[in-house]
Amino acid sequence: MTRLNSNARHAVRFTLNGKPVEAEAEPRMLLSDFLRHQLGATGTHVGCEHGVCGACTVIVDGMLTRSCLTLAAQVDGCEIRTVEGLAPSADRLGVLQQAFRRNHALQCGFCTAGILMSLDHYLGENPAPTEAGIRDLLSGHLCRCTGYTPIIQAALEAAAQLASPTKETSDA
Amino acid sequence: MVQAAVKPASSVDQSGDRPWVGRSIERVEDAALLSGRGRFIDDLGVQPGTLHATILRSPHAHADVLSIDTEAARRLPGVAAVLTGRDVKAVTTSLVVGVKAPVECWPIAMDRVRYVGEPVAVIVATDRARAEDAAELINVEYRPRGAVVDPLGALASGAPVLHDGFPGNLASDRAFRYGDPEKAFAEAPHRFSIDIKYPRNSCTPIETYGVIASHDAGEDAFEVLANFQGPFSIHTVIARALKVPGNRLRLRTPPDSGGSFGVKQGVFPYIVLIAAAARVAGKPVKWIEDRLEHLTASVSATNRATTLSAAVAADGKILAFDWDQVEDCGAHLRAPEPATLYRMHGNLTGAYDIRHVKIRNRVVVTNKTPTGLNRGFGGPQVYFALERLVQRIAIGLGLDPLVVIKRNLIDAGAFPYRTATGALLDSGNYQEAIVRAVEQGRLAELKSRRDAARAEGRLYGIGFTAVVEPSVSNMGYITTVLTAAERRKAGPKNGAQATATVGLDPVGSVTVHVASVPQGQGHRTVLSQVVADVFGLQPGDIRVNTEIDTAKDAWSIASGNYASRFAAAVAGTAKLAAERVAGRLARIAAGQLNVEAGDIVFAKGFVASKHNPENRIAFSRVAALSHWSPGSLPDDAGQTIRETVFWTPPELTPPDEDDRINSSLCHGFIFDFCGVEIDRVTLETRIDRYVTMHDCGTILHPGMVNGQIRGGFAQALGAALYEEYAYADDGSFLTGTLADYLLPTTTEVPEPEIFHMETPSPFTPLGAKGVGEGNCMSTPVCLANAVADALGVADITLPLVPARLAEFVRGAEPPPPAGGVTAAPMREGDRRLRGEGQAAVKGVPEQVWAMLLDPATLQSVIPGCQRVDKVTDTHFRADVTLGIGPVTGRYRADVELFDLDPPHAVTLRGGATGALGFGSAEGRITLAPDGQGGTTLTYSYDAAIGGKVASIGGRLLDGATRVIIGQFFTALARKAGGGGTTGSGFSLFAVLAKLSSLFGGRR
Amino acid sequence: MKPAAFDYLRAATTSEALEALAQQGGDARVLAGGQSLMAMLNMRLAKPKLLVDIMRIKELRRIERQKDAVVIGASVRQAELLAWPALAEALPLVALALPWVGHMQTRSRGTVCGSLAHADPSAEMPLTLVALGGEVLLRSAKRRRRVAAKDFFAGMMLTARADDELIEGISLPIARDGRFAFREVARRHGDFAIVACAAMKTSSGVRLAVGGVADVPTARDWPRLDGTALDDALNAFAYELGARDDVHATARYRRDLVRMIGRDLIGEVLQ
Repeated sequence: MTRLNSNARHAVRFTLNGKPVEAEAEPRMLLSDFLRHQLGATGTHVGCEHGVCGACTVIVDGMLTRSCLTLAAQVDGCEIRTVEGLAPSADRLGVLQQAFRRNHALQCGFCTAGILMSLDHYLGENPAPTEAGIRDLLSGHLCRCTGYTPIIQAALEAAAQLASPTKETSDA
Repeated sequence: MVQAAVKPASSVDQSGDRPWVGRSIERVEDAALLSGRGRFIDDLGVQPGTLHATILRSPHAHADVLSIDTEAARRLPGVAAVLTGRDVKAVTTSLVVGVKAPVECWPIAMDRVRYVGEPVAVIVATDRARAEDAAELINVEYRPRGAVVDPLGALASGAPVLHDGFPGNLASDRAFRYGDPEKAFAEAPHRFSIDIKYPRNSCTPIETYGVIASHDAGEDAFEVLANFQGPFSIHTVIARALKVPGNRLRLRTPPDSGGSFGVKQGVFPYIVLIAAAARVAGKPVKWIEDRLEHLTASVSATNRATTLSAAVAADGKILAFDWDQVEDCGAHLRAPEPATLYRMHGNLTGAYDIRHVKIRNRVVVTNKTPTGLNRGFGGPQVYFALERLVQRIAIGLGLDPLVVIKRNLIDAGAFPYRTATGALLDSGNYQEAIVRAVEQGRLAELKSRRDAARAEGRLYGIGFTAVVEPSVSNMGYITTVLTAAERRKAGPKNGAQATATVGLDPVGSVTVHVASVPQGQGHRTVLSQVVADVFGLQPGDIRVNTEIDTAKDAWSIASGNYASRFAAAVAGTAKLAAERVAGRLARIAAGQLNVEAGDIVFAKGFVASKHNPENRIAFSRVAALSHWSPGSLPDDAGQTIRETVFWTPPELTPPDEDDRINSSLCHGFIFDFCGVEIDRVTLETRIDRYVTMHDCGTILHPGMVNGQIRGGFAQALGAALYEEYAYADDGSFLTGTLADYLLPTTTEVPEPEIFHMETPSPFTPLGAKGVGEGNCMSTPVCLANAVADALGVADITLPLVPARLAEFVRGAEPPPPAGGVTAAPMREGDRRLRGEGQAAVKGVPEQVWAMLLDPATLQSVIPGCQRVDKVTDTHFRADVTLGIGPVTGRYRADVELFDLDPPHAVTLRGGATGALGFGSAEGRITLAPDGQGGTTLTYSYDAAIGGKVASIGGRLLDGATRVIIGQFFTALARKAGGGGTTGSGFSLFAVLAKLSSLFGGRR
Repeated sequence: MKPAAFDYLRAATTSEALEALAQQGGDARVLAGGQSLMAMLNMRLAKPKLLVDIMRIKELRRIERQKDAVVIGASVRQAELLAWPALAEALPLVALALPWVGHMQTRSRGTVCGSLAHADPSAEMPLTLVALGGEVLLRSAKRRRRVAAKDFFAGMMLTARADDELIEGISLPIARDGRFAFREVARRHGDFAIVACAAMKTSSGVRLAVGGVADVPTARDWPRLDGTALDDALNAFAYELGARDDVHATARYRRDLVRMIGRDLIGEVLQ
């Protein structure tokens, strides 16, 4: 049993994109705020703080997770993946990211991190997705700029590319 | 369906001799945004010690603020400052108001609140959570006033008045007359008329407002970082409100902004508020708006009541229009309102050649959130009336709607065409656009689909819309709200200065800066294309900076990202700046290459002789000379280090003596048609095909143009089918979460079929026109026309909530079974809860009467009641803790008894307040002996609930209320020794206190 | 929009959780998937003094097939149940309804029992529990009890759970050659239902359960009905549910959907 007092800050440790991290948080601190303001991982964005817009979606222990509906304290010891961990290296983009850029699947880019995380997770489990499947998945995200279609197109393209035997290498 | 329309950026297209402009190159913005390295305002670090603000907001639509007790909040550890209206007034002045009237407009309530969500106090603390803790400790005493939310209702006699300086809530009333409309109406064989109520909505960017402000007391100067989008005319409004000259307000924008669509213009009152808080706190203050604040109180498009009449010839030719527009700007007339009403003034005849126009424009205030910029800005409101009327005319005359559209189009040879109201339509060929759309969009086939569907008994309809999309606003159009005499007094306002700076550094690399403040549109990419073409470089060679810093950068009041001005004005200005530099470089290179300057070309990274391409010099070498060897430059070349160009089109003149105004520089054309089907069970509108043809002049980047069209289409689809900022009659806001204000998602938005033709604008450097707002204007009415066609009905109100179509499709409802339950009549916007019922209580009426008036009994039967104080024999106060599910909180109730008729009847009236809301109710209880030693208690009640719970818990409101009422009666009956209740119950304090709490709360 | 302060307890065993609930009762809330509760905390609609996180209690993370019923533990997530291989065969109605719960991103975290504890009358899991006549397994430090679905839901967001009780799990009867149908109408995909209907063939006829209309999901049993008799029964049921207007739908529209969808679904299961 672990009991954390409301008025104090407590150490929270987990693995972020493969690296151990640690910082302090009050019990009430949301994972989204912890990632952004305690760890400086500002790629995960906050759009509604009531679990609807999807901008803050991250992956916790293999589960898609609204980080605004999750306490930092809840994920102590977990493995977390965020948009910062998607690219193969700092100066290169992954296949899905490239497909987004190629298809103009983002404009302001504010909602994009959450959408990328949902797709990254989904394409891992569904290597041959349908448009309907992707639309169903992404109905849990709000985007105000793109009208969505280029996002769907990018996802289908990325899936096809990931499934093909000759994987294109990523570029910047 | 997805594959058809997306034209991916081609990676093989990155070289060659073709110009870069016109190609869908990959965006330079994207790598960072896709990797989590965006730099949005809340991603940036702040100065150590920066404090965080939260804002306490009004739960009332209209109330006097009697007192604000901030003592407990100030004492909370971590709280640095609490500002109320009085504190803000001490360091600021009122925001300027756009019409001549003795009214003030503050960013925070002074002694009265006028909309739900209006700021009442700003709390500054070490972190946001603590600031919110403190906000809960502030006790505000309100005295509610009557509220008005309907624009026509606001004009009715006896309506509550919001501002004494706007008698009858009328902020402006202007009449206009162009040509001879009276004669046209008198002589026309037909007159058609339509009444429209266009709803409230907003484009709600996913990133909310953010402000970081600091104040240097020594210099009395402010520094502000905000995700403001312009226009920077607002800089003057902010500086004035902060009581500093413009050069002591340094306003900067972050590198990235998470969408705006006009909405982030509305951050400016918060810039004043947070800057004032920083001044009072003596430290930098940061405020990031949360989503509930954004939906409730940020900004909204205007809702508008319009009556539009047309004088029409027998063949469908429209001879004259008579517009009567009543614009609802919400509780305050904030800058630049009433601009929404006047943005379209030159375009009130749409795509049509109509010479006689009469207009009455009224602007009213109501108890709703103040309005501001929103994508489409006046267009959706105008075209909904105009294009609905065109369909009505066609139906009335027995003509095809497309025939009526075509009959009235401006002739292709008539451009530039001056409209009756003053717009100078730059270019176009509307007839040709329609021909192509009909063909490429397969209208004939769509009509057969409709016929086939109808033959099967399905509800299928087709709608059409023709729209002129204005872009690049004339900064002077808003002065059309003034009379010609008033304008003469105020001096002319017109034009739209765009700025662009091109700089060359000591190694000859190129930097471009513009004051365009993009919010995701990819300006940096397009500018790199435009400038690369001028210098013969690759887009990757050009670095573009679009951040703005009013202390250092070139800017004007027209700067910013609005009115679709980027492609037409800003990108063109960058071209002019680059060309000016290129001209000087050519003179320098000409000397070095021993050729005439006219023989110089810029290509493939070289400056070369056109006739002898081998005679060339590297661009970077020529470009660097101004730094390294200015003395060796030809005398007439001038420096090439940095060049700033200001460009304003001469066509944007002020309104003339007859109120004719060229409100915008460019005018694109859109022709849309669509097929929709209404599901007979769910009554949902499904879009079968949506065709949208655009002529936005020269296309600079096809991928981005289509991106703008798709994005605008999705938002317009939301406006047509899902989105409404809904208010109850009492001004309660009902759509305060994203579970209530419904944005379309992937499963609701189909891919529109997009087609283009390009008629370049003769008025812009690149021939481009704006394209971003058009579908917000065309799509709502196109869908409405299709639904009207499907259902055969005349009156269509947006959004097309399926439930509202039930009567149209199904007629009267089957009655309830005889002797069964009857349905309580309700009307829309009525949030009052009414009910009646009976309870059987043991004990004679005298005993029950005594219980009802005994504080001790009440305390024991009111669920969660801590104490009841008897103020007088007929006046009680109670503290109650109420809970529904996980939601518990404390409330204070105040109840008085009237019309006492012991032991038979009593009327109760009172209210309760807590941090999550308030309630008021009136009820009548009668007691009668049941003939068996007990009492039959009969009650009726009428209650209203408002505040936060109404905004964010509306769906759960009624049910929770009934639960609480039931609890009270069960307890009362038990206390009296048994018995039971029938129907839903009524209670004294329960309705008055628990009703209001429903989710609980505290104070 | 940040939560008010609370203590946080990560329970390792059920008894630790029950102990905390026994001590703090109404001031404590159980945190499972958090998909409803966390939003209420962020909005400060709920301000508990203590959150008891039960998601690391191993014994609550079980889907157990018994002879006539499936027991689903309190920390079983909706996505986990959806991925349970026997779901379509053992609990076909759940298999039909569960994909309608929220979105993939919320089902991955939200629990089956948490949805029941929240008791939103528009939610799919309460409707399913009522339609199937399942039971809720409640446990406090002192005792265990089983509450039938129809007795569990007491009103909008109110249940029979006492403050010191934890929903340990639910028990759903295994389908025996039954026929089931489910349909839901919402404004958008993934929204709370305006009307959700579940129908199943019973030994004596048919059962229709309706969510989204009354304060609690409500089931009604009929013998085999058709024609006008069915219309009349559905019409009476539709009115008895006491539909109301809100910004998303009218009472009449809700009644229409009960009548029309109810008829369709009954037709499907009696086919």
